[in-house]
Amino acid sequence: MGNMNLTLKVWRQKNAQTPGKFVTYKAEGISPDMSFLEMLDVVNESLILKSEEPIHFDHDCREGICGMCSLYINGHPHGPKRAITTCQLHMRSFKDGETITIEPWRAAPFPVIKDLAVDRSAFDRIQQAGGYVSVNTGGVPDANEILIPKVIADEAFNSATCIGCGACVAACKNASAMLFVSAKVSQFAMLPQGQTERWSRVQKMVAQMDEEGFGNCTNTGACEAECPKEIQLTNISRMNNDYFSAKLFREEHAHEE
Amino acid sequence: MSEFKQTFNSSLGKKLIMALTGLFLCTFLIVHLGGNLLLFKNDDGFGFNVYANFLTHFPPIEVVAYLLYLCIVVHAIYALVLTVKNRRARPVGYAVVNKSPASWSSKNMGLLGSVLLLFLVIHMGNFWYTYKYTHNVGYKEYRTDLSSGITTSSNFTPLSPDFENSVQTANNTEIVRVKDLHATVAFVFHNIWYVLIYVIAMGAVSFHLLHGFQSAFRTLGWVHRKYTPIVEFIGTWLFAVIIPVGFALMPIVYYFCR
Repeated sequence: MGNMNLTLKVWRQKNAQTPGKFVTYKAEGISPDMSFLEMLDVVNESLILKSEEPIHFDHDCREGICGMCSLYINGHPHGPKRAITTCQLHMRSFKDGETITIEPWRAAPFPVIKDLAVDRSAFDRIQQAGGYVSVNTGGVPDANEILIPKVIADEAFNSATCIGCGACVAACKNASAMLFVSAKVSQFAMLPQGQTERWSRVQKMVAQMDEEGFGNCTNTGACEAECPKEIQLTNISRMNNDYFSAKLFREEHAHEE
Repeated sequence: MSEFKQTFNSSLGKKLIMALTGLFLCTFLIVHLGGNLLLFKNDDGFGFNVYANFLTHFPPIEVVAYLLYLCIVVHAIYALVLTVKNRRARPVGYAVVNKSPASWSSKNMGLLGSVLLLFLVIHMGNFWYTYKYTHNVGYKEYRTDLSSGITTSSNFTPLSPDFENSVQTANNTEIVRVKDLHATVAFVFHNIWYVLIYVIAMGAVSFHLLHGFQSAFRTLGWVHRKYTPIVEFIGTWLFAVIIPVGFALMPIVYYFCR
């Protein structure tokens, strides 16, 4: 496969206050072995040489684990391939001469900072509201001191693979963050270490999620299909179950507000 | 009390209300279909008219009926509130919307629900309102010979316009006089436009419940490796196939066969 020539339709927006628009760029001589972000790097270098403002986009580890890269590519968060992030998407997934439309995540709680970079600090605030466990300082406890059945450990680890990229919000027709929040609730709710704050955690995180203005889940399953870490919809049911238990049936209320 | 308010005002609380009212409406459909199967009996509406009379004159049913109307209204209002909130969560849409892997019905619950609400207005106007609040429904008299069990029917005009029903037994003959809703049904179902509206609405019921029934269980948090396939089976076959097809057959059978 030789090098590719592509047409990019990229969302350019100066800042949150200014309305944005699509700008068309040519990406020429692109190696099919480049990642999508490397292709954007090449385009940006050519823009810099022409003294134009480069395209702003989020990226960090470039190996699919940090959750920093985003991009809504041709109608899919993280592009057309299943279970990968944008940085793991390679140009061989596209055809020579193809037009690729690149948009930022679209959600009111994710305002555009510039071009394709959005402010995802709403996720940080949800995490800070309750997405943690308290541990005692002191001596290092023995590994595997607390016995956990393997199926439970596996399920908790599956939930814990969420990298908080926001693709679920981007994919959801309601811009709901429930897949993210439910993964962050579930990863602790299933483990013994997470029991201390189990009922307060789910209430605080859901309250913060509502505060941020995300939409409401209608169980369409678009989030599950687009999640780069294949977080399952079951997490949302698990979160709902814990939330309703905490609100309607539990006597102990850890949070007094 | 504010604790409850806070719970039901949260995103999950609103979804809980949608799920509970929706499931209650689902159970009603089973009862409604079961009773209406009497329409398929070729008895000049005897069974159906007596059933309709029972529904409108048995106080506990009246109470449940008003609970049902309340559920319809609450389900619709909460759907509207949630939809507005969902729209606000994405003020700027995408330029490219790809074919999402989500099912068509799951993405169009609002549209399907609106069709159903409109249908309910027409449907209740056709029968419920006409039966309860107008004098447009005639009366039938059914005479059953208790020794042979043969029933004959005839039209009947009561002396008072407020006459409801009567049952009397004389000379080994049972005489039942009731409002003839069956004639109203037959009249409405001989209008091709109503037949079309009813059949289309049942299509909407099918798609609405294909997603709605199992989605309600997910919202309630009742997801289990063993039971979820059963819920999905019931949601698909009972609520999205048997019930809508059963209802849709009524206008079709009356239009073409009666």
